[in-house]
Amino acid sequence: MDISPILDGFSVVLEPANLLYCLIGVIIGMLIGVLPGLGPGATIAILLPITYGIGPVSAIIMLAGIFYGAQYGGTITSVLLRLPGEASSVVTVFDGFALARQGKAGTALGIAAIGSFIGGTVSILGLTLVAPVVAGFALDFGPPEYAALGVLGVLLISSVGNGNKLKAIVAACVGLLLATVGRDTFTGAERFTFGSLNLAEGIDFIPIAMGLFGLSEILYNLEERHNKVSSPAKVGNVWPSRQDLGQAKGAIGRGSVIGFVLGVLPGGGAVLSSLAAYALEKRRAKNPERFGQGAIEGVAAPETANNAAATSSFIPLLTLGIPANATMALMFGALLIQGIQPGPQLVTEHPDVFWGVINSMYIGNILLLIMSIPMVGVFVKILRIRPAILAPITVLITLLGAYTVNNQVYDIFLVIVFGLLGYLMKKFGFEPGPLVLAFVLGSMIENSARQSLLIFGGDPTGFFSRPISGTVFALVVIVAAWPLIRKALPRRTKELTS
Amino acid sequence: MSMSDPTKPPGDAEPEGLQAETERLLAELEEARPPHAGPISQIGAALVALAVGVFGAVGSYALGLGRLTAPGPGLWPFAVSVVIVVLSAVLVVTGRGLQDTERFSRASLQTVVGVVTLVALAALLPVIGFEIPSLLLMFVWLRWLGKESWRSSIVISIGAVAAFYLLFVVLLQIPLPRLI
Repeated sequence: MDISPILDGFSVVLEPANLLYCLIGVIIGMLIGVLPGLGPGATIAILLPITYGIGPVSAIIMLAGIFYGAQYGGTITSVLLRLPGEASSVVTVFDGFALARQGKAGTALGIAAIGSFIGGTVSILGLTLVAPVVAGFALDFGPPEYAALGVLGVLLISSVGNGNKLKAIVAACVGLLLATVGRDTFTGAERFTFGSLNLAEGIDFIPIAMGLFGLSEILYNLEERHNKVSSPAKVGNVWPSRQDLGQAKGAIGRGSVIGFVLGVLPGGGAVLSSLAAYALEKRRAKNPERFGQGAIEGVAAPETANNAAATSSFIPLLTLGIPANATMALMFGALLIQGIQPGPQLVTEHPDVFWGVINSMYIGNILLLIMSIPMVGVFVKILRIRPAILAPITVLITLLGAYTVNNQVYDIFLVIVFGLLGYLMKKFGFEPGPLVLAFVLGSMIENSARQSLLIFGGDPTGFFSRPISGTVFALVVIVAAWPLIRKALPRRTKELTS
Repeated sequence: MSMSDPTKPPGDAEPEGLQAETERLLAELEEARPPHAGPISQIGAALVALAVGVFGAVGSYALGLGRLTAPGPGLWPFAVSVVIVVLSAVLVVTGRGLQDTERFSRASLQTVVGVVTLVALAALLPVIGFEIPSLLLMFVWLRWLGKESWRSSIVISIGAVAAFYLLFVVLLQIPLPRLI
């Protein structure tokens, strides 16, 4: 492997200005991510506008910082408030909050930061080795393969969510429909524009993401959801003792591997990996009853694994151009805004960008470790501020931020419309995640499906006669039919046992 | 989600136990959720989705479907709309027993007030600049949505808007419409 592009990438990332952007990204990522109820997706969505005005490389580096900062922000609320920012840090609550109650919140946060750093770094190393290989394999993919992968991606993200699967797929289809608004690239026809000049340009990703992920969370939380939140426990010493580190060592090592491997899976990789890592440590432990009572491994394992998984979920994004989860959909959108099309060509055609993205992850990760430990005290102070004060400030950041993207009030209205839509979707049991992901992939799926039809001379069975698109579509059918299969399975086993 | 592991001794139900524990915690966190809204709102939501699908199907049919050899602009949105129609029709029939909707309560009025302030900000911004609308938004959210005292509502909103002014106008020099 030729390593010179990797090293070139580093020299770009290490420029002082870029380091500063990364540092700012980590800090504001943590600051917003620590707000109760705002997970990494919401945080990145709210902060998208600040990455808009700077050059592509700096923007990616800043995004990497925001990404890691936001992930860690969720950990802080899990440990201190028992409020996980997202599903993948739910397991952290068991032992993290128990430690916090014993006055050892600092130890939990410190070990989580160290575990996240190691897990993330192991995962980036894996990514560095694996990504070019996968991208090389995908290089001769044509439109049919992309159409198939896109459909599979949308379907997977819809079927791994917590809620009702039918509703998730309906939401995803609405996202696909929204992506068609504007001028059709093939025929020039205006679709669903109702004569509006603004809509003729299509709907921008930023207001959709900011509205559905960011503003909708805030509106949803206005209904006094987190009132019972107690003020955070004492933090205590943040530096883990040598004994703590020794105890967590194995958990961090195993968590890194589990996280990396499971994170590549589309959909719930990070959630699954944190559960699996926790379960593995509990099973290996000499006295498993410590788990749930404040076992340091119970924090180290899931936090290492979910950060490793969050990092390796970049693999399908950077090599195939398919985001594996809602947060990756945001990163995908953010890269597209910078004029970067993630996909197999990225590593060969724009090695500087590809390695820039990966190397900025190393830096983001290191800065996270450096910043998190001294700043824990600051975050505890932020958590003491009542949500009532933080909410309007976040709202203003969101609305004024949306304005700054194009200097248009129209964008603020779009954010409000999608914020309201997201709020109503939540009230009625529809998840906004699949909608945003499908919206991001929408035009890619449509364009490649139409190109494929031209290739096949109008014969849709052509998708199944090509080996790779055929296999992927077979997977699509399996995933779509999975709930039915699963329903059938336990019935059979029950019949067998009875 | 399956966590089957071949090395695991048979009969060890621990991962399932963890799964259950996770679900219990999630349920506890959800405790603050208002009660679910019952079959009428389920059917209502499904009907709204159905209407979106019908609207999309009619609109894209009007755009022209073309043929498979030469797809028109409406073919793809039509296909997507048909999926929406079919799935929401299934939801109308089978979804009435789902418990994932939330009842609207008095607390939902807070959200309505919140949205009104947002719309007011967006409408006033180009007319009188961002300072006064932002100040009003901060104040309403603090005083009535957040139940802060008069004094701290006033102090915090002025402080926050001043900080925004410094950040956006002085430091980042973003051309926000403004009074000063």
